[in-house]
Amino acid sequence: MGEFKVHRVRFFDYMPSGIRALAFNRDIERIAVARMDGSVEVFHCSDRFFQEKIIPGREQCGIEGLSWVGERLFSAGLNGGITEYDLTNQKVKYTVDAYGGPIWTIAGNQQGTHLAVGCEDGTVKLFEVNEDKIQFERNLDRQKSRIISLSWHPSGSKIAAGMMDMIQIFNVETGHSVHRLLADRGVGTSRSKECVVWSVVYLSDGTIISGDSVGMVKLWDDQTGTLIKSHNVTKCDVLALSVSQNEDSLVAGTSEGTVVQFQFISMVLGKDDKEWVRTRTFKNHTHDIRAVAEITTAVVSGGMDAQLVVRPLLDKVEVRSAASALRKIHFPHRRLVSCARKSGLMLFQYPGHLELWRLGESEGKGMPGSSLFVKRNPEKLLHLKVKGEDHIRCSAVSPCGEWIVYSTASSLRLYRLHCDNNNVSITKISKLPMVLSSANQLCFSSDSSHLFSASTQSSVHLVSLSQSGCKFVGTLKPKSGERTIGFGVLHIIEDGKWLASANSDHEVHIYNLQTRKAHCTVPVYSSAVTAMGIHPTTNCLFMMYADQQMCEYSIEQKQYTDWSRMVQRKGLHRFWMERDTPCLNVMFNPQHPSHVILHDTYMLCIIDQSLPLPDDKTQFYNQLTLKSLPEEQRKSHSHAFKVCKTFKDILCVELMSDQSLVVVERPLEDVASQLPAPIKQKKFAT
Amino acid sequence: MVETSDIRVVRCGGSKVNLTPPIISSDSRFVLCTSGDLVKVYSTRTEEWLHSLQGHTNQVTGITLNPANHLQVYSCSVDGTVKLWDFIDGILIKVQLVEVHETVEIFLSSGLCVSACPECFQLVSVHLPKSAEQEVEAKEMSAVSSHISKNPSCTAFGRGGEYIAFARHLQLNVYFFRKQKTYSFSLKATDKKGAKNAFTCIACHPTDDCIATGHEDGKIRLWRNFIHKKEYTYSTQHWHHNAVNTLCFTPEGTHLLSGGIESVLVQWQYGADNRKEFLPRLGGSILHISASSDGQLFCTSHSDNKITVIESSFKVCGVIQGLVKDAVLTDLMIDPRSKALVLNGKPGHLQFYSLLRDKHLYNLDIVQQEYIYEAGLDQFEVVKAAFDIKGSWLATVEERGKKSSDLEFFLKLWAFDERTQSFVLNTTITAAHTDRIISMCFSSSEETTMLVTAAEDSQFKAWCQGADADTQQDQNFWSCDFVGSYHKLNPTNCSFSADSSLLAVSFQEVITIWSPDTWEMLTTLCQPPGVIRDLCFGRLSCSKYLLGTTTKNLLCCWNLLTCELEWSTSVDVSKLQPDPFSENVAAFSYQSKHTDLFVFKPSEPRPLFTNKNVCSEKVHRAVFVPREEPLNSCDESTQWLNRSQLYFLTQNMDLLTFSTATEEDRMLSSSKQLVIDDSVAVTPFYLLLGKHRQQQQKLNTQSHPVSDKPQQTQGSVTIKELLHTPAHVLPAASVLCSMFVNSFLISNTGVQQDPLSWLT
Repeated sequence: MGEFKVHRVRFFDYMPSGIRALAFNRDIERIAVARMDGSVEVFHCSDRFFQEKIIPGREQCGIEGLSWVGERLFSAGLNGGITEYDLTNQKVKYTVDAYGGPIWTIAGNQQGTHLAVGCEDGTVKLFEVNEDKIQFERNLDRQKSRIISLSWHPSGSKIAAGMMDMIQIFNVETGHSVHRLLADRGVGTSRSKECVVWSVVYLSDGTIISGDSVGMVKLWDDQTGTLIKSHNVTKCDVLALSVSQNEDSLVAGTSEGTVVQFQFISMVLGKDDKEWVRTRTFKNHTHDIRAVAEITTAVVSGGMDAQLVVRPLLDKVEVRSAASALRKIHFPHRRLVSCARKSGLMLFQYPGHLELWRLGESEGKGMPGSSLFVKRNPEKLLHLKVKGEDHIRCSAVSPCGEWIVYSTASSLRLYRLHCDNNNVSITKISKLPMVLSSANQLCFSSDSSHLFSASTQSSVHLVSLSQSGCKFVGTLKPKSGERTIGFGVLHIIEDGKWLASANSDHEVHIYNLQTRKAHCTVPVYSSAVTAMGIHPTTNCLFMMYADQQMCEYSIEQKQYTDWSRMVQRKGLHRFWMERDTPCLNVMFNPQHPSHVILHDTYMLCIIDQSLPLPDDKTQFYNQLTLKSLPEEQRKSHSHAFKVCKTFKDILCVELMSDQSLVVVERPLEDVASQLPAPIKQKKFAT
Repeated sequence: MVETSDIRVVRCGGSKVNLTPPIISSDSRFVLCTSGDLVKVYSTRTEEWLHSLQGHTNQVTGITLNPANHLQVYSCSVDGTVKLWDFIDGILIKVQLVEVHETVEIFLSSGLCVSACPECFQLVSVHLPKSAEQEVEAKEMSAVSSHISKNPSCTAFGRGGEYIAFARHLQLNVYFFRKQKTYSFSLKATDKKGAKNAFTCIACHPTDDCIATGHEDGKIRLWRNFIHKKEYTYSTQHWHHNAVNTLCFTPEGTHLLSGGIESVLVQWQYGADNRKEFLPRLGGSILHISASSDGQLFCTSHSDNKITVIESSFKVCGVIQGLVKDAVLTDLMIDPRSKALVLNGKPGHLQFYSLLRDKHLYNLDIVQQEYIYEAGLDQFEVVKAAFDIKGSWLATVEERGKKSSDLEFFLKLWAFDERTQSFVLNTTITAAHTDRIISMCFSSSEETTMLVTAAEDSQFKAWCQGADADTQQDQNFWSCDFVGSYHKLNPTNCSFSADSSLLAVSFQEVITIWSPDTWEMLTTLCQPPGVIRDLCFGRLSCSKYLLGTTTKNLLCCWNLLTCELEWSTSVDVSKLQPDPFSENVAAFSYQSKHTDLFVFKPSEPRPLFTNKNVCSEKVHRAVFVPREEPLNSCDESTQWLNRSQLYFLTQNMDLLTFSTATEEDRMLSSSKQLVIDDSVAVTPFYLLLGKHRQQQQKLNTQSHPVSDKPQQTQGSVTIKELLHTPAHVLPAASVLCSMFVNSFLISNTGVQQDPLSWLT
C-alpha cells in the first residue's frame, strides 16, 4: 500500500534518564515521576498511562523525593531546596531552601497540612502548607546521622524516620523521639558497613515496615519498639517500599531489579489473625529499582534502567483488557525530533543541547524491502548548547530549514540558519517580542513565514518572520474568554488557513488564521489527544487519542465526518485497541488523499479511508496473506489498516515533501548498552 | 491338563518399596511401606525387616495411619479392599470392601476415606461404616471430582482434613468438605520465559491454610487465600532444575521438604523461603518424602527402590534397600554360596539379594568407574554374568557402545576370597572376542572350571585357569584354551551338560556338540527352520536329553544317545529355564498378549503343570531359587515347587513368583507365632541377650514349676473379679483388701520363698 523511500535514522542518541522517585495521587489518578536529570513527569493512570505533563529539569538539580499534597506536587533534592510545581503551566512555581543541607526525602501527611523533609544534617524539618506557599514550622529532635527516609503515621501524629543503622519514631506534637529501632548490619564482611534504612512505611495499625541495605524487609511494632518479623528479600539493597491504600499489600523494590510483593493474609482462612507473607516476585527491570508505587490496580516501578514499568495486579483488576496489561514506558509521549520537510534537515532535541542533521542521499532504485546505496552520508550540521541551566522544553525547525527555535522554562531563542554548501552559520534573532518569553509548544507555518508559540495562558501567539527579524502579529484565544486558568497547549497544527490546538484539559480549539479568530471547538472526549493533523485538501482534523480511538472532524462543517461516525459505530479492531503506546504523529500523503499515516513506538500504519474497516473476525495483520493472494482476490480481503512492523522503537516518523519517509529509531538495545552495569548476580548457585 | 487352583502368582520378595510414601509410626520406631502384596514393617533403628502385614491378594497401593488410633494402619489394594491392621502385632482388624473399582490410593482424615479409581481416575470419598464386624462393605460413597491426576502425590488433605487439594495438568482444585465447594485455579501452560507449569505434587500445611505445589520446571509455589476466586495469591520459589517429585511439610509446619531427580533433599524454612538446607547425594531420584509425627525422622524413597531414614538434623541414619530392577541386562542368577539372587543393581554393579529374607545383601562393583548421572551418556554396564557351580568364580562382561562400531567390552573373572567373603578381581580380558559376547557359561564339573564364551565374531572360546608363562607369579590367571567355530556361523548360545562332559554350542540353526576334554566336535544336530534361541541340557535322570527352542516357535528335545529328535512341539518359548535340583524345565511362552507357563520333564512331552495367563507381558528372565527347607507336597501339580521356587521378571520389571496354598498356610501360621516383644527393638544385641534371657527364663520356670502356675491363676482370678465387677455392686474396700492381699500370697506347697521379694 504505497511505496516510500525510507530514511532509517539511528543516529539520534537519545538517552532516557533514570527514574529516581514516584508519587501517586489517588484522588486525581496521576502518578508523578522524578528522573535523575531533574525532570518531573505526570502520567494519567486511568488514561492508559499517557504522559500528560513534562516539566524539564535543570543542571545540578538532583531530585530525591516527590510528594503530593492535595493536588499540589512538591519535590526535594540534594541542592537543599523544596520545589513546588505549577502543573497547569508545566513549570517550577518556586523553590524554598530548607537550610539543612541536602534533602534525602520528603513526605506529606495525609491531612495535607504539613510536609516533612529529612536532611543531611540529621534534622526532620516540618513545613506548613499554605494556600500559596510553604512555611517552615519547626525542627524535630536533631539526630546524629542523615535522615534517609520518612513516613507519616496516617493520623499525622507520628513520623518514622529511617537513618543509618536505625529508625527513629518521632512524636510530631512534641518533636521528641519516642522510640529508636536498631537495624542489624549484615553478616561477615558487611559487618563494618553501615546499614542504610532506605525506606520506611508507617501503617495505621502501628506497624512500621523498613527496607534496608542489608536486603531485609523488617516489620516493627511502634508501641514496644520491637522487631516483629524480618524477611530476607535479597542479597543487595531494598531501595523502595510502597503500601497499598487499604494496607493489605506491600511492594519492595530491590537493587537486583526485582519487585517483591508482601500481602497481609490470614493464615487460617476465615479468621482474623493476619500476617505479612511474601508472595509474588516481579522481575521486569535489569537495574536498581529506585522507586515503587502500589496504585490501585497495579505496581508501578522505575529505576536506573529508565523505564517505567506498570505491572497489573490481576487480582485487583475488574475486567482484563488492554488497559490492564503489563506496560513498559521507555520514551516520552512527545516528539523530540522535528523535520524541515522541504530541505531535509532534522533537529534532535536533547535535554541540554540541540543537534541539526542533514539527511543522507541515496542512489538508484531498489526492490521493496531492499536497502539502497547511500551516496552521501548524513551529516551533523550543528550542535547548539543551551544557555543557562534550564533544560530544553520544546524546539522546532522551520519547513524551509532556515529557522530554529527552542524554549526553556525561562527563555525562548530564535536562530536563523545560513547554509551555503559546507558552511553553516547561525545568527541569533535579538529583540524578540515580549510575548515570546517562554513557550510550551512551538510550531512554524508550512510556508515558514510565521512562528506559532503556545503560551502559558492557553493562547497561541502569532509571530511573523522575515529576513529582517520578527514581528508580533497577534494572539489567538479560545472563545470562552471568561476562562482564567490556562492549560498548557499540547499540539499546534497549522495548515495555512486553520490552526488547531489541544490542551491538557482535553479541549481542542480550531482557529481561523485569516481572521485570527477562534473558529470552533471539537467536542471534548474523555481521553487526551496524543496527535492530530489537518488534511491539506479536505480540511478535516484527524485526531488520535490516548485510548487508541481516532476521530475525524470536518472544520468547515463543524461536525464529525461520516467516516469518523462509521469508525465509532463499528468500533476498532481488538489488535488496534491493544497496542500500548500512543500514536505520536498524524501525516497525510498528498498523492493519496484518502491515506492517513500514523505511527507509535512499535509500528507504522497507513489508514486507507476508502477501504472497509476490519471487524474483530478479520485478520488484522494481513499484509503477508494479501501478498500470497492473486491480484483479483486482494480487493475482497483488504481492509483499511495497513500496519508495517519493520521498524521498532520509533521516536518519530515524518513524511518529507519529496515523498520519502524519515523514520527515527532508537533501539532499546542501544539504550541498554549505554546504561551502567547492573549488579552481578549468580545465575546458578544455592 | 492340571487344574491350577491352588497355585497363584504373587508378588513376594524383591518388590518395589518405593511405590507409595513410606510412613513412620508415631513413636518413630517403625517404618511401614508397601511391598508387592504385603505391607512391610521395618525398624527405623536397625533397618531390619520385622514382619509384614499379609492379606491382600493384589498390589497394595496405599497405606496411611489411622488418625483415630496411631497403632493402626489402613491399607488399600488393587483387589478392591481397604484393610485395617494393628501393625505392631501384624493382626488384621477389619476389612472394608470398596465396591467401585480398584482402589488405587488412599488418603485418610477423620473417618473419611478418599480413594482414587484407576479407570476414570476419580476422586471418591468413601464413608467407612462403623461396625464391629470384621468384614464390612463400604457403600456410602460420593464422587468428589474426576479432574484428578494419576499421580497420587497430586492430592493432599488440608488443615485438619477440612479440605482436599488436588491438581491435574495446569489446574489446582481445592474442595471443602463442609461447604462442598470446589475452588479452581489454573496456570498458563508456558509463559514467555518458557516455564513448564504443570503440577507434579501437592502438600498442605498442617496448621495454616497454605498449599505447596511442585511444578514440572522445578518451581515450588505456596498458595494462600484460596477461598477467593481472584484474590488468591502465591509465592514462587525455584531451586530444583527439574520437576519437583514430592513435597512434604514437617508436622509442626515449620519446614517444607522437597525432592526431585537431583536426589537432593531440600528443606525450606516456612515463612523465610530463601533459607534452605540441603542433603545431597542420596542415591536415586527422590520419589516420596514423609515425616514422622514428632518431626524427628524423615523418610525418603528413591527410584532405586530404596528408603532412606533421615534424622531431623539432616543425617542419614538408615537405608532400607529393596531389589533394584531399573535396568536388568544380565540373567537372573543364584549365587551358589549365599543362595542370593544376583542381577544388575546400581549402575555398574551386581547386586546380591536374598529372596528368602527379602533383604539386599551387598553390591559388587564390577565396572569400578564413577557413574555419571546424566541422560544420554554412554557408560559401561554389566551385561552378562555367570557363576560356576561352587560359586567360587564369577565371570562378568561389561560393555559400552550401543552401536557395534564403537563397541567396547571387557570380560572379567572374579574369584571368591574366603577371607574377605567377597569376590576379588582375578583377570580382566580386554579383547576376549572381536565382537559382542552373546552367551557365556561355566562348566558344571566340580574338578576343573572352564568358561566358554560365544560371540558375534562367529567364534566360541574356552577359557581355563592356568599358570601364565609370561608372568612368573603364583596366582593363576585365566587364559584362552580353545577357539572353536563352525562354518563361520554366528553362535547363538552355549551350554554345558550337567556332568560337563559335553558342550553344546548353537550356530544359528545348527547345534554342535563338543567334547571339552579333547575339543573334538562330536556331532551336529539340526532342526530347521529357525535360529536356536535357548539351549539347555536335562538334569538328573533326564541328562541324556538336550532341549532347544527356535525363533520359529519350536521346542525340540533331542536324545543325545541316539542323536535323534525325541519330540518337538510348536510353542513360542520366550524363556526356557531348567531347575538345577530336579528334572523339571520351565518354559514361558508368549501368545496373544499373555504369557503361559509350562513345566515339564524332558523325558515326556506332557507338561507337569500349566498356568495360563501368568502375566500380560513377555517374560525373558526367570530363575529357580532353592528353598531352605523343601515342601512335602504330594500333589502332582505342586510337586515341582517342592525343592525350589520359580521367580520371573516381567517386561515392566515386576518380580513375580508362584506360591502354593500349603505354603501360604505355613507362612500364616508362622507369622502368628512370631509375635515380637515390641518393648525391645530387634537389634543384634537383642538377639544375643534375648536368647540369654529366654534361657534364664526357661531355667527359672524349670526350678519353680509348681509354685508359679497356680499362683498366677489364682491372683489373676481375684484381680479380674475385682476389676470387672461394676463399682456400685462392689463391697467395701476394707473387705476387698484382705482378699486382694491374700491373692498375692504364695501357697506353702512350693519351695521356701519370701513372698515380698517375689512381689518386687
